[in-house]
Amino acid sequence: MYSRKVIIHYTADIVDQPIVHRLVKDYDLAFNILKARILPKREGLLVLDLVGTKENFDRGIRYLKKSGVKVEPLSDRVTQNTDRCVHCGACIAFCSTGALYIDKKTMMVLFDAEKCNGCELCVTACPARAMEIDLF
Amino acid sequence: MKKFKVNKTFKEINEKIRHGKAVVVTAEEMIDIVEKKGALEAARKIDVVTTGTFAPMCSSGVFINFGHTSPRMRASRVWLNDVPAYGGIAAVDCYIGATEVVEGDPLNSVHPGEFNYGGGHVIEDLVAGNVIRLRLEGYGTDCYPARKLEKNITIHDLRNAILLNPRNAYQNYNCAVNMSDKTIYTYMGVLRPRMANATYSTSGQLSPLFNDPYCKTIGIGTRIFLGGTKGYVAWHGTQHNPHVPRGKNGVPKEGAGTIATIGNLIEMSPKWIVGASILGYGVSLYVGIGIPIPILNEDMAQYTSVSDKDIYTQVFDYGVDYPNGVVKSLREVSYKELRSGTITLNGKKIPTAPLSSYYRAMEIANTLKEWIEKGTFLLGEPQEILPSEKT
Ligand code: SF4
Ligand code: SF4
Repeated sequence: MYSRKVIIHYTADIVDQPIVHRLVKDYDLAFNILKARILPKREGLLVLDLVGTKENFDRGIRYLKKSGVKVEPLSDRVTQNTDRCVHCGACIAFCSTGALYIDKKTMMVLFDAEKCNGCELCVTACPARAMEIDLF
Repeated sequence: MKKFKVNKTFKEINEKIRHGKAVVVTAEEMIDIVEKKGALEAARKIDVVTTGTFAPMCSSGVFINFGHTSPRMRASRVWLNDVPAYGGIAAVDCYIGATEVVEGDPLNSVHPGEFNYGGGHVIEDLVAGNVIRLRLEGYGTDCYPARKLEKNITIHDLRNAILLNPRNAYQNYNCAVNMSDKTIYTYMGVLRPRMANATYSTSGQLSPLFNDPYCKTIGIGTRIFLGGTKGYVAWHGTQHNPHVPRGKNGVPKEGAGTIATIGNLIEMSPKWIVGASILGYGVSLYVGIGIPIPILNEDMAQYTSVSDKDIYTQVFDYGVDYPNGVVKSLREVSYKELRSGTITLNGKKIPTAPLSSYYRAMEIANTLKEWIEKGTFLLGEPQEILPSEKT
């Protein structure tokens, strides 16, 4: 099974289209909504964890792009600023996905973008302000 | 007085350092050396053991003299980037404390507050050479007529910037859990409900005061690594308390000794002096400190070989007990267990997280080792040892 977390940005004109429904029905993808935000002008974003075969996943993404929504991997939008990170490890307490973890060999705190679910907790909970997330 | 087989003095060790002949190892390396060779042999071979710690250390701050203005002014109220500094010292002196929050900050009115800027960040900005808005108010006197002034400065415009931290490098510290039903935001980090995680904050076997548990070699005038340059132990720190329960190895099993540190902020580096925003709690300052421990005799070799498995601390509930002033240890736990990533409490496995950077602590111990090996850093013989328990 192939699983990827993606950000879907949509605009007001397609907000009523059942895009997620189509992903499930036509492309046999299971999804998990990690985040959903609707902005005042009815544009918005969805962070989804999509699970299916690699082939269906790729087809699903192609469908999304054709319908005019912007899709990108969540991992592109979350970064650990290695100049700011002091490797204190405080994030191990609040990062519930294990995306931030201590490398036992070097004792450095590393970031595994694939595990991150974009919860954004680290943005304000990292004391050194080393985590940068820009979902929009 | 106890008789030792190895007897070295600060002077002799410094002589070796000057000639590039001192044998220096980190506190981590010392563990193996003593285990393999024994304390006596290690004391003969090793001259200095270096330590390190890097963590948010409240009770830090900077004395600043910003120089006279024209017309002159007796600045009684001072702000740096809108963070209030204490001006009741002299005409152009102030003290900026690490935990002071920027004026107008919403604090915890929307809980948990973010505390994005404060004294710790001003200090980091100073060290980094960034421009800072200095704002002064005075009431006007015959000799100091000016009443208001605002200007941009950097650390290079200051006559003095002296880091003077009343309490740093705690010898031991609590491990925190939360037994209540809601997430809490503390100076020990984010603690999830029903003991879902535990946090702790020392560098264990690398931590300076764990390696000299009775402070036999540390005192006023001890030269240390402070913020990336050399600094000194100025005094025993506030709350310093040597009279605590100890293990057989002499290591305190709860918060005990502390040191007050002093150094020239102008020589420090923003890598080792970093502002901290602690969610729901406030502002603080990460400070990097390392103390070289001279191996004067076999006892000091033994002390510096202490490892995480023989250093213990107490687990406290920060959900109910701690805020109410109830001192009730839930369990004693070793740093080996804490650093393994999980501890067991009431039959439950709890993931742990440090607040103190072991990685940076290693870097400090290694840097200090390099400085001493190169002969650029000599040991400072204390004028007076920190108050301690008799052994
Ligand atoms: S809390 Fe922030 S500074 Fe500390 S290790 Fe995690 S990302 Fe780095
Ligand atoms: S957003 Fe931050 S806290 Fe949340 S999962 Fe990703 S790294 Fe962890």
